[in-house]
Parts: sequence; C-alpha cells; structure tokens
Amino acid sequence: MAGRGIAVWALALGLFALVWQVGATALPWAFEVPKGWTLPAARWITGFTKWLLNEASFGLFTFAELTRFIAAVIDVPYRVALSVLSTGVLSGRGSAAIVLLPPLPWLGVALVFALFGLWAGGRALGLLVLGCFVFILAFGQWQSAMVTLASILVAVPMGVAGGVTLGILAWRHPWFSRAIRPVLDLMQTIPVFAYLVPILFLFGFGPTAAVVATLIYAMPPMTRVAELALSRVPAELTDLGRMVGCTPRQMLWRVVVPSARDGLMVGVNQVIMLSLNMVIIASMIGAGGLGFDVLAALRKLDFGAGLEAGLAIVALAVVLDRLSQAAARRRGDPRPGGWLARHPYLAGGVATVLVAVLAGLMVPALQRWPVAWELSTGSFWSRVVEWINVNYFDTIEAVKNAILLNVLVPFKRFLLGLPWIGVAGLLGVAGWRLGGARLAALVAALATLIAVTGQWEKAMITVYLCGISVLFAMIIGVPLGILAAERARLWSVVRIVIDTLQTLPSFVYLMPAVMLFRVGDFTAMIAVIAYAVAPAIRYTVLGLAGVDPRLVEAGRAMGATGVQILWRIRLRLALPEILLGLNQTIMFALSMLVITALVGTRDLGQEVYIALTKADPGRGLVAGLAVAFIAIIADRLIQAAARAARARLGLAEAGA
Amino acid sequence: MTDPATPPAKLVCRHVWKLFGARAAEVLADLGPEADGERLQAAGLVPAVRDVTLSVREGEIFVIMGLSGSGKSTLVRLMSRLIEPTAGEILFNGQNLLTASDREMVEIRRHKMGMVFQHFALLPHLSVLDNVAFPLQVQGVARGLREERARAMVALVGLAGREGAMPRQLSGGQQQRVGIARSLAVEPELWFLDEPFSALDPLIRREMQDEFIRLQSVLRKTIVFITHDFDEAIRLADRIAIMKDGAVVQEGTPEEIVLHPATDYVREFTRSVPRAKVVRVARAMRPPEGAAPGVSVAARASVAEAAALFLDGTTVLAATDDAGGVVGHLHRDDVVRLMLGG
Repeated sequence: MAGRGIAVWALALGLFALVWQVGATALPWAFEVPKGWTLPAARWITGFTKWLLNEASFGLFTFAELTRFIAAVIDVPYRVALSVLSTGVLSGRGSAAIVLLPPLPWLGVALVFALFGLWAGGRALGLLVLGCFVFILAFGQWQSAMVTLASILVAVPMGVAGGVTLGILAWRHPWFSRAIRPVLDLMQTIPVFAYLVPILFLFGFGPTAAVVATLIYAMPPMTRVAELALSRVPAELTDLGRMVGCTPRQMLWRVVVPSARDGLMVGVNQVIMLSLNMVIIASMIGAGGLGFDVLAALRKLDFGAGLEAGLAIVALAVVLDRLSQAAARRRGDPRPGGWLARHPYLAGGVATVLVAVLAGLMVPALQRWPVAWELSTGSFWSRVVEWINVNYFDTIEAVKNAILLNVLVPFKRFLLGLPWIGVAGLLGVAGWRLGGARLAALVAALATLIAVTGQWEKAMITVYLCGISVLFAMIIGVPLGILAAERARLWSVVRIVIDTLQTLPSFVYLMPAVMLFRVGDFTAMIAVIAYAVAPAIRYTVLGLAGVDPRLVEAGRAMGATGVQILWRIRLRLALPEILLGLNQTIMFALSMLVITALVGTRDLGQEVYIALTKADPGRGLVAGLAVAFIAIIADRLIQAAARAARARLGLAEAGA
Repeated sequence: MTDPATPPAKLVCRHVWKLFGARAAEVLADLGPEADGERLQAAGLVPAVRDVTLSVREGEIFVIMGLSGSGKSTLVRLMSRLIEPTAGEILFNGQNLLTASDREMVEIRRHKMGMVFQHFALLPHLSVLDNVAFPLQVQGVARGLREERARAMVALVGLAGREGAMPRQLSGGQQQRVGIARSLAVEPELWFLDEPFSALDPLIRREMQDEFIRLQSVLRKTIVFITHDFDEAIRLADRIAIMKDGAVVQEGTPEEIVLHPATDYVREFTRSVPRAKVVRVARAMRPPEGAAPGVSVAARASVAEAAALFLDGTTVLAATDDAGGVVGHLHRDDVVRLMLGG
C-alpha cells in the first residue's frame, strides 16, 4: 500500500513537472485559461440581481416588495431599541425633531445589566459587567456603544429564532438536513464582504441591511448547534414523551427543546459573538455605532481612536458573552411565595429603570456622562507609534525588506508560474489518496471552477499570502503550544491572551501593522499571523493534553528521554488535533485576508472590496466564492488527512 | 403453583418480529417460517426480536431477562408500540395494538400504560412535582388536580418533602423513585419497567427492589419488568421469559427455570442460584405417611425458609395449604440433599 502510494505520487509529480517545464510553449492554455473557456459568472450574477430587483415577481407582490417588507419588519424592533438606548422618542425628523422622551440614562442601562449579571452569575459577574460599562463611559464611547447594542439586541433574537427553526426542521426531516448542509458550509466560508453587495442592492444602505447581513452571518452556527443539540436528546426522553402520549407539538416544546437547553445556549452564545464580529463590517453598509468609529479611525489611520472604539466592542463582547454563558449555566431553584418573592430581580430591574429615569431627569450628569469625566489615550498611542517610527524606522524597514525579497516575492513568483491544470490535477491526486474518488472530484472541480471564472491569478496571490502567514503562524504557534501544554501556569496566561485576541475585532490588528509597516503584502501578512496564531496554539495544547497519560507513562517506563517522549509519543498521537488546528488557522487566515484588502493587497479580497465600492454584486460574489472554494478545498483535504491519521492511530470514531 | 383459576391475559404477543434493515417486512414474508439468523443476515437485516410469543397475565410480575443485545429492550418497546413490529400481533385487553390508529395509541398510552426508564428520563428543567405531574399536564388536567395527584404519588414513593427539588439535586435512587411516581400518576393498567434499577449501586438496587415489592403488594398492577440481572428476576418474578439473540429460550416460573433449565445457556444462569431459595416446600415434600409431625410449614414457603425449623433436631415437617390442611411431609434428608446439591 505504502509502495503504491509513493508510486502514485511520483507519477503525479512527474507529470506535473513535465507540464510545468515543457508546457509554457506547448500548452499555453494550461497556464492561462483561454478567453473562450471562461464562464462569465460575474455578469450572470449581476444580471440576476438586477432581474430580482426590477422584474422578479411572485404574482401578488414583487421580489423587491418582499425585501422591502422584510426590511420594514426588522426596522420596527430596531427603531424601538434605538429609541430606548440611544436617541429617545422623537417627534418630527432631523434637526426639527423634538425629544418627547429621553433615552434610558447611562446609569439605568449599566445598573440593569449589572443586575442581570448578579442574577445570572453572582456578585463577581455583576461587578465585571458594571466595570465594562464604566470603561465604555470613561472613554466616551457610550453613544456609539448604545447604537451597536441596539442592533445586537435586535439581531440576536432574530438569529436565534431563525437558527432554531431551521435546526428543528433539519432535525425532523433528514432530507432538509442534507439539503441545508452545503448551504451552511458556503455561508460560513464565503467572506462577508461578498454578500454585502447583494444585500445592499436588495435592502438599501442602512442599519436594517446591516442587521440582515449579521443574520446571514450568525445564523448558520445556530442552525448546526440546534440540530446537534436536538439530536443528542437521549432516546429515553423521547420514548417518555411518546409513552405519556405527547402530541408532536408537546413533544417538541415540552420535552425535546427544554432538554436540549444547554446545547441550545451554546448556539445563542455563538450568535452573540458572531453578531459582534460583524459590527465593523456591517458598518460598511450603514450600521453606525462603534463599528463605524473603528472604520473611520482606520481610514484616518488614527490608531488611538480605533483602539478605543475597538476595545469598547471587546467590552460589549465580554459583557454579552459572560452574561449569556452564566445565564445558560444558571440552575434556578423555584422559589415559593408571591410574584414579588419569586421574581426579586425582575422587580428590582423595573424599579432600577424607574429610579434611574427620574434621577436622569433631575441630574443631567446621570442622564448623559459628562464630557469632563471622559478620558482618552488616543494621543498617547499616536505618540508611541511615532516614537517607534522615528527611532526604529531603519531596523523595521530592513527586516521587512529582507523577508519580502527572500521569502515573499520568490514564493509568490513560484505560485504564479504554476499551470492551473497541473495544480488542479495534483489537488485531485491528493484528494484521491486521502479520501477517495469523491473528494478527488470535489477538489479538482472547485480548483477548475476558480480557473475558468477568471480568478486564478488572484486566487494564487491569496494562496501565497495565506500559505506564508499560516506557515509562520504554525512555526510560532506549535512550539508555544508544546511549551504551554506542559506548564499549567504558562497555559493559563497564554489562554487569557489568545481568548482576548479572538474577541478583538479583526480590524484592530490592521492598525498597528499599518502604522509600523505601511501598506503592502508584508503588513497584511503580519496582521494575518497575529489573528491566526490563536487556533494554532489552542489546538496544539488540546491535542497534547488529550494524549493518554498511560502511554506517556509507558514511554517513561521504557526509558525514553523527554525529547523522545515528545517526538515519538505525544506529538504522534496529537497529530490529528494539530491538523485540525492547522485547518482552523487556515480558516482564520482566509477570513482576515479579505479584510487586509483595506491595506492594498492584490488578491481575491481586494477584488471583493473593489466590487463593494463599485456596488457590483456579480464581481464580488464570484471572488467571494473563489475564497470559499479555497477554504473548502483546504478544509476537506485536511479533515480527510486528520481522519486518516486518527484511523491509523486507532482513535477513529465511526462516521466522525 | 398455578392457581386453578388462571387470571386472564392482559397483554399477548403472537409471533412478533422486529428486523432492522431495508424492506424487512417483504424479506420476512418471503422467507416465511425458514427465517433464521443466517438467511436474514444474508438479506442485510439485523434481527432484534425473533418470533416471540408470550402472554402477560393480569396482576402478575412478568420479567423479561436477557443480556445486553438480547432484544429485551426492543421487545418492551414493541409491546407499547414505541417501535413498529415487522410482523406479528400484540393484543392489549384483546385489542390488536398494531391496527390501532395513532390517536387511539395516544389515548391508550395516556391512560392505560406507564413506563419507567433505565436512566430515569426525568425532564431536567422541571421540579420533582412537575415531573410527576407531567403525564397529566400533557393530557390537559387542570393544575390543582394534577398537583394533588402528583403529591400523592410523590408521597407513595417516599419522597414527601422533596417536591420542589430539581432532578439533579437527587441521588440516583431518589431520581428513580420520581420516575416510578411519574409512571404511576396516570394509574396505568399495564406498567412497563425497563431495567429500572440497573443504573443504581448494588445496595440501593436491593433497597429499591424491596420498595418495589412493597408497592406491588399495595397496587397489584400488571407488570412487565426488564432486567439483565438473573438474581433480580428470580427475586421479583411471578414468571420469567429468558431471551437470547432476540428469541425467548425459556418461559416459566422461577422454580421451573431453576430446576429444569431448558438449554445450557439458561443453566449457566441458574448455576449460582441456591436451589433452596427458589424451590418451594410443595415441590420438595413427599405424600403424607406415618404419624403427623408436630411442626408445620406452609407449602408455598421456600425450602430455605423451612430449613430453619429443622435446627432443633426435628426430622419431618407437615406441609400445609392455605386452608391449613396437611398436603404432605417435608423430610430433613430431602432438604439437606437439595441444599448441598446447590
């Protein structure tokens, strides 16, 4: 078997080298797809969107009316939330508006959330929540934060309801589950930018369109989690439901859904975190708030302002994340007594709001945080960057140029010089060896699709940037993971750092990189490495920690040295996990790469970004799909490799 | 042994089959009576229950005993039609359940059947009281009425005072008491217990078995009890069906099974069971002859219980029926032989 594998690879590589070296003159079409072969997919999609918008009709109403209706439905709760948290109830429009009711004072909002924290997780959580809000207030981010919070408060329940509904359908009907799975895969791998344009077309510019984009982004994980959680409800409980004569509806709402509550709450948490991830990107199509502030700061290269708004997003994320997790873990014990005794926190919350509103009316400082109390570190950060640039400019330039000239540029040239047909073929061979004919057909077909839609060159630049960044991320992450896996204290520190890094909006990574290295591929690479190193560390630690300690003991008993144990036992057994870490690192890198288009890369991300600024839905979607295809190819090949490694180690779980 | 007036059958299974796999019913019909393991496997089918015929009589504890994979849990789910049989008939009070409509089945399960599960199957978000009241809530019984009934059930299983507790706050034994109370809340005619004590520690298991015997002495339900524990089966059963590979290999009273195991497989189980605990005086006694002994013992008592009476040197006991009439003599030598014979 092994001999045959080597023979197959030798043959494939030989063919590849032949095409590569001889083909340039003999087979020009192997390097550049001829004009006649390309699919004008971008034009089709643009045409289709226009048709949807202008002509499509369901008889009673047109498609455009449908989208407008959806927008109107979303708009209502959004207006309410915004009025309560930010603008107050207004009469009239624009500058002529008269405030009928002021928004909730900061004191009220902060205390109600703190009370919720107290209820869900005790005093520590209550104080943490309060601290986060004071942080937002102190840096003068309150107004923007409330706009962001309003859109999150609207998007999350809708995302949860939609995701749970789809999850229930998928759980009930296997055909629906099969049908929806590839759609979910695509929704999770297409860069968000790509579907911003069609959304912009269909829903217009504004917060409503932003909520729609957030829903599309945040719903797939909820759907998956819901389906999984429902299917994991023990068969005994469904048997019980049938034995006591539940109708299908009673079965669903009284037995299955409540029993799956813990799992469902994981999904709710995911929706919250993903909605917060979307905050900045959504501000490109009209969501105001913190995201807009970060974006504006990035455009002005005002690192301090961007960092403060970015950290305010993190503070919101911490609040919502911890609150939702604590609420999920909370095990309420029913209290006896009347309504007030049974719901002390609810009553307390209502009382707090009333008191805060009254206090706000009387003391303006409690209604609006006074400007005099605000802090800013903006100028401090700007000065730090300035100082670094003044004192270390030459060193930084030298390092940058050395890496650019010796690593980045040669690798880029190498990749761009490869024949697409050869690459597709090699991918096919890899798919065949790792996962059989179906995988081979899938990866080869996706690679070919990228080529014939005219995205090959940009795709190769994406692969080159992604590949280099992932390589560096793994070189940094795996050894760190190995170190951290053996030292509990180091791991606790590293874990806090990477947890924070992961909640930080990805845009925040760009700013220091741009300030130190200016625009270009190197800057993009640094930002991507910083973003993608977290999963490399995490999965290495997970994999090493999961190795059966008895095997390590056996190794020690045989007299193996520490290095031998690490190399011959622990890393071997942790290989499947590390491969999954590699997979995650690639996914993180790809999602960050699209954002780095803002700093002037020339890859698919740039193509998507240009399409966004030109409002060309076809161009954006085709480039976005190409990114998704790269992600799917990498994902499927690595998953297959991890499965094969696991099977070799006898750790395989059937069908996993 | 068997009372002269055998109580009527509550639940009857006739030639019940359950095969997992595609087109199971057609394949089974084609094979007809020749369906055996090999042929079914060749057709790609997994036989879970094979041609089971048995009847559960009113008011008895009918134990289905088998090791894991023997099909006993599948069989109990076929009896309540949680799983659709591939072939056969299941008669409940004379009505064929397999022809009942979905609505009829819901009504039968709501009012006439109760089930206790191996892993308790308590709803994690409901208190003890709400869990016990759940079957009534599903039927739409008003809150006051169902809570009153649930309270009575909780008290019956000895958990009064814990009504407000959540399932996770209870020990395994207490959780199963809640499961038992819940299954009894609708006053079922037919009570299924699917390995109710298997997930409990041995000491608690013993305690729960005693509790179960106490409950049954009050309730007199018709019970189908599933277990993998032969000792438990011997202890609780009026009659036992032993299953292997989806088929019933022997059916009978504990005494019959211990004294006359039908196959080597059954003999393996009976080997470690002390005969004296199972065999009743009625079976070990001889016809009365000679002088009437001074001491007497009930003919339905076990030999082990009678054995203690020989301690003072007595050699013969008088065995009496329920009315007190002497029906035979129990000789010390016979008892010793039985006990030493194991």
